[in-house]
Amino acid sequence: MLISEQKPLEEILSYLEGDKNVFIVGCKGCAEGWGSGGEKQVAEMKNTLQEKGKTVTGSVVVDMLCDAALTKLKLRAYKKEVAAADSILVLTDGAGVQTVAELVNKVVHPGCNTLSSGGAHAEWKEAERCLECGDCVLEFTGGLCPIARCSKLLLNGPCGGSQGGKCEVNPDIPCVWQQIVDRLAKLGQLDKLERIVAPKNWSVSLTSGPPVKRHS
Amino acid sequence: MKTKSNLERVLESKIFAVTGELGPPQSADSEIVRRKARILKGHVDAFNVTDGQTAVVRMASWAACLIAKEEGLDPIVQMTCRDRNRIALQMDVLGIAALGINNMLCLTGDHQKFGNHPTAKGVYDLDSIQLVKMVKDMRDEKKFQCGEEMAVEPRLFIGAAENPFADPFEFRVPRLAKKVAAGADFIQTQIIYNVDKFAEWMKMVRDRGLHEKVKILAGVAPIKSVGAAKYMKARVPGMDVPDSVVARLQGVPKEQVSKEGIKLCIDIINQVREIEGVAGIHLMAIEWEEVVPEIVEAAGLLPRPKFVP
Repeated sequence: MLISEQKPLEEILSYLEGDKNVFIVGCKGCAEGWGSGGEKQVAEMKNTLQEKGKTVTGSVVVDMLCDAALTKLKLRAYKKEVAAADSILVLTDGAGVQTVAELVNKVVHPGCNTLSSGGAHAEWKEAERCLECGDCVLEFTGGLCPIARCSKLLLNGPCGGSQGGKCEVNPDIPCVWQQIVDRLAKLGQLDKLERIVAPKNWSVSLTSGPPVKRHS
Repeated sequence: MKTKSNLERVLESKIFAVTGELGPPQSADSEIVRRKARILKGHVDAFNVTDGQTAVVRMASWAACLIAKEEGLDPIVQMTCRDRNRIALQMDVLGIAALGINNMLCLTGDHQKFGNHPTAKGVYDLDSIQLVKMVKDMRDEKKFQCGEEMAVEPRLFIGAAENPFADPFEFRVPRLAKKVAAGADFIQTQIIYNVDKFAEWMKMVRDRGLHEKVKILAGVAPIKSVGAAKYMKARVPGMDVPDSVVARLQGVPKEQVSKEGIKLCIDIINQVREIEGVAGIHLMAIEWEEVVPEIVEAAGLLPRPKFVP
């Protein structure tokens, strides 16, 4: 069970600046359980965004968003609505956001922060995708997580050891920053990486102890 | 001038700069530092003192800097994010400036996996770009990373590294631009053996006008043996050693290889000097400091100007 909570609305709206049409994705698994992105929250977000002048082209709540095969199948039914959207807002933990980012050739915004795995992990068999850092950065990294997948947790681009798409630490590790650059290039969003990302807030991560109060 | 740095004065005077490198010992032996410093004296404008390079435990960079400074040199302290969080980094920045060290090179750091303590926990609270910005804000805004103010700021000439040979190649110059925007005063590059690729990168640097905003020192290093060339080619992350370089060293008798390696280094210095926007060289004769005087002299870079005693 990945435990998440919605990011502050102002932060979500700042992500959506410049996007008129938005498609919303939620999940009936962990996100529904924690009230961050189930049926109810997706419906509420739809209303909120419309009140803020956005057009919500559609929404879907998948049974297990981190199951890539299932999500692919589900999204197929919303081809038109997804195509009509400028971007996609995903109201789940980081694993769900990254599933959608991998499947859809659009900008994907994280709507939640992931606080803890609650003792279990999402349905990514081949690789760690979310380290429950509590301060999701997927907005700036094309929906690929450098906290979970960069050996140096870099936030401002690849280190000098990235060669041929591989991490210097181990040739079996793909360089996530190469993947981030490739994905943002494909989306025509490389300029997103020109901004200096400020030092991260680690106080909301598990390095500050168990997340007792934060999801009471 | 932002600082009392000798290097800053050389670069601001538009003199082609020479920086060197000093690796501190894997012991508490101060004599090794003094010996290496004396070799470099008069042949470089400033020199880096590495900070646990390749994640091997060595004498602290700031401590070796202080010893070298006593020999009358202008050391560049190296500071990595691998071993320190933002609290430790800022404490060290204050201490280093208070000790009279004028230059700091801000690095993310070689991954702990490569060193002699591979089971260590890497810190990486900040990355190199965030570190540059933090030091710049401390110096120019008198502000800590948290926003609180300080009474006396650390007056450090701020450097950063860039690797023109790493991937994604098209992102290397935008990344350099970020370092410049963050506040880097000078850049030292990865060791150059592929001059054509470096020239291509420099063209991209000039296209963005970055050479006018930051001083770029081209990284060069002599190669001692064919084995060393092959090792760098195959094993050192982020290195680009063309086949022609290995072939050149293989083309001379065994006892001539180190001499040829020095000649190759001098040739590369002469080539990069011709590239517009290159403000100097960073000569890394790691554990081979004694060849620095010969290389600098043969490249016609002596005598060095002296601004700071």
